[in-house]
Amino acid sequence: MARRENPEINAGSMADIAFLLLIFFLVTTTMNVDSGVSKKLSEKPPADYVPPIIKEKNIFEVNINRNNELLVEGERMDVKDLREAAVKFIDNGGGLGKPGEDGTPGLPCDYCGGERSESSSDHPNKAIISVQSDRGTEYGTYIKVQNELLRAYTVLRNRLCKKRYDISFDELEETYKDNKSNEDLKKKVEDIKTAYPQIISDAEPTS
Amino acid sequence: MSKFRKKKKGMPAVNTAALPDIVFMLLFFFMVTTTMRETDLRIETPRLPSASEVKKLEHKSLVCTIYVGKSKDPSKHGIGFNKIQLNDKIASADQVPAFIINARSKVSEAEVPFMTTSIKADKESNVGTITDIRLKLRDVNALKISYSASKGAGN
Repeated sequence: MARRENPEINAGSMADIAFLLLIFFLVTTTMNVDSGVSKKLSEKPPADYVPPIIKEKNIFEVNINRNNELLVEGERMDVKDLREAAVKFIDNGGGLGKPGEDGTPGLPCDYCGGERSESSSDHPNKAIISVQSDRGTEYGTYIKVQNELLRAYTVLRNRLCKKRYDISFDELEETYKDNKSNEDLKKKVEDIKTAYPQIISDAEPTS
Repeated sequence: MSKFRKKKKGMPAVNTAALPDIVFMLLFFFMVTTTMRETDLRIETPRLPSASEVKKLEHKSLVCTIYVGKSKDPSKHGIGFNKIQLNDKIASADQVPAFIINARSKVSEAEVPFMTTSIKADKESNVGTITDIRLKLRDVNALKISYSASKGAGN
C-alpha cells in the first residue's frame, strides 16, 4: 500500500480567529489619559496656629454663591471677565515684595506690567487669591473659576518667559519635561515659577 | 508561437500565510496596552467639567480615584449628585481616610509622597461634598489632588 503523505492542517481560518480577538481588544481598550486640574493642599495647621496678618489689598477675594454667581472684590462679575481682573491684580506690583529668607529686604517688582496702584497687590509673591464658595455651589462652576485663575497665571508666566528667554512658558516646561537633567532649563523654569507663584487658597465654604 | 501561448496562466494567489502573524502582532499590542476597568461604577458616569489648564496624570499606579455623582440605584442610595464612591461601594466622606491608607499600603514607602488623588466629580455635584473629601484628605496628609476635567476651551 502506498503511504499517503500527511495532509496539512488548513490554517486558513487562523486569521479569522485572530481578527476576532483583535477586534474584541480594540473595542475594550480605552486609551484615554486621565487629566485634571492639579492642586496641592496646604498641610493641616497645628491647633494653636495663628494665621499671619495679611493686608487687605494683597487679597483678591472671589466669592461664588449657591446660584453660581460671582462676587469679585465686592462686585458682581461674569466668569469670562475673571481672568482679566486676576491678571490685573497679580501684576499690579504696587509695592515691595516678600523679604528673602536670609533677611534681604523685599524688592519692588521690576517685571510687572501693571498699574502700580496703591490699593492693589504689592508684588506677585504677596498676592493671594482667595476663593470662597458656598456648599451648594455647583462643582462645574467651581472648576471654571479655578481654571480662569490658573489661566491668569499662565498668561503672566508666558509673557515674562517670552521676554526673558524668548520662548513661552508652556514650551519651556515641555522641553524641560523631555530633558529633566538639564540644569539650565531647570533654573529657567524655577525662575519663572518664583516670579509668579500660584497662591490660590480655598476658604472654608459657607453653608 | 507556442512559446507565447504557454504563458497563459492565472495569476498566482497572494501568499497569505503571514497574515495571521501580522494580526497576532497587533493583537498582542492591544492586549498589552489594554487596562481593564478595575472598579464598576456604582454612580452614573460623571460628566466631567472642561478646563484648559489641565495636566496629565502620570504614574497610573500611584493614583487613587474617588468618584462623586448620581447613584445608579436611587432607591437604595437616594437621589442627588453627591454620592461618593470608593472602590466598589457608595460611601461617605468619613471613609475616605481608610480608603487612602489602604491604597498607601499597596505602594512602597518611598512612593507615598507622589501619590495623587483624582476626584472625578459630576458637573452638578456640590462644592460642599468636594470640600468634605478635601478636609478628610488633608487629615491623612494626602495633599496632591487632581480635579479630573476634560481638556477643552474651559468656557
